[in-house]
Amino acid sequence: MSTRARLVMFLLAAAVVAAFFSAACAHLPPFATPDHPYGERAVAAALERRTANVVSAVNFDIRAFDTLGEESILFGTVLGATLLLRRARDERHRRPVAERVMPTTRLFATLLLPVTLAVGVYTVAHGQLSPGGGFQGGVVLATALHLAYVAADYRALQKVRPLVVLDVADSLAAASYTLVGLAGLITGGAFLQNVLPLGTFNTITSGGTVPVLNATVGVEVACGLICLLAHFLDQAVEFTGPDQYEKTGDR
Amino acid sequence: MGTWVFLAAGWVLLTALFGLVTSRNLIHAIGCLTVAQSSTYLLLLAVGYRRGATAPVYSDLTPGTRPVVDPVVQALALTDVVVGATVTALLLALTIQLHKRHHTVDPQSLTGLKG
Amino acid sequence: MNAWLIGAAVVFVVLAATTAVLTRDPARQAVVLAVLGLGLAVMFAVLQAPDVALSQLAVGTALTPLLILLTVRKVTHRPTRESGGEHDRSRKRDQR
Repeated sequence: MSTRARLVMFLLAAAVVAAFFSAACAHLPPFATPDHPYGERAVAAALERRTANVVSAVNFDIRAFDTLGEESILFGTVLGATLLLRRARDERHRRPVAERVMPTTRLFATLLLPVTLAVGVYTVAHGQLSPGGGFQGGVVLATALHLAYVAADYRALQKVRPLVVLDVADSLAAASYTLVGLAGLITGGAFLQNVLPLGTFNTITSGGTVPVLNATVGVEVACGLICLLAHFLDQAVEFTGPDQYEKTGDR
Repeated sequence: MGTWVFLAAGWVLLTALFGLVTSRNLIHAIGCLTVAQSSTYLLLLAVGYRRGATAPVYSDLTPGTRPVVDPVVQALALTDVVVGATVTALLLALTIQLHKRHHTVDPQSLTGLKG
Repeated sequence: MNAWLIGAAVVFVVLAATTAVLTRDPARQAVVLAVLGLGLAVMFAVLQAPDVALSQLAVGTALTPLLILLTVRKVTHRPTRESGGEHDRSRKRDQR
């Protein structure tokens, strides 16, 4: 199909979609409506389970099965990227050379690394109380570790990043989510039922299984994303294809 | 405010689809896909907003004193953000693999199937 | 007041999204996507969704642009460069 024909087809389809979408929007409840039946029910259910952050309660209690699917997608992505980005037969491994870093950059990143790790752990741990949780804290932890790359070089990052341990931790965290669900099935009668004692409202142990599931997701996201980034970094920094054999010493 | 926030989400989606259709670089197309995903966040959160309401977090709020926005759509958007990032990562990995085998990232020059 | 803030954030997001689509060079697009991610995070905060804002801040401004830049580097990387100018020219050649 020529570029022009494709563009014309797209514009026709877009006009139809735009017309129907605008007509549908006119029938929606207006923006900032005070009428939220599902929201009110979710808030009531979360307060009943003594979880202060209603979004965490929806994610890890009311719709916990949905989150199981989500973290399976994450696990599958890490697995798929590991397969796709493995070293091919015709690629050569290249030792990364130490690079010079500005002292201020080094100081900044070295100071920031422990702070960011602490923020990540805090965000995971307080997921059921304040904004944050396993997903957000996990991403913060995963990106925080890469400050080592900014502060020093790729070899320093490889030292602080035991990939085998992280791979195993990723799988264990993904599996333990299902195990918590099975524990609910055995003791409570339904998969992912909230069977743990609910605790006192607005303390770090409140919410029953919410903090447990939150922590497993935090570990899984952090480990999975570090592995994912590791494969991309390996591709970009370490491996060279068959047409890139000559003159690799310049980096 | 009416419906114009919903229409803005529709505009973002159609613009991103336009970029996808006319793209000559797979990495650019993946970038357009992330823009298309962001239109869904915009639509979800616009549906859940309530005038004069606060965030659905009760750690420093006595229940029942103030209206809160809809937490269900926020949980959906949160799922959406994370899944969107993983989809992007997988597509980028596929692009790297494609470039290794076919030495191009232009979808127009990927015409024939090669073993 | 709040309505104006929401309006400004939505307009910013729409403009950033349109710019991101129209930026054809992937490396430049990654930067625009980071700006879009930041705008989305601000908009979520204004719409009273701090959880989503945190998530978007981490994913949209850091992770996605980083992955795109790493892919660009892998796809356009050629070691035949003696100086910066040669490197730039070879990169431009690849992206065409």
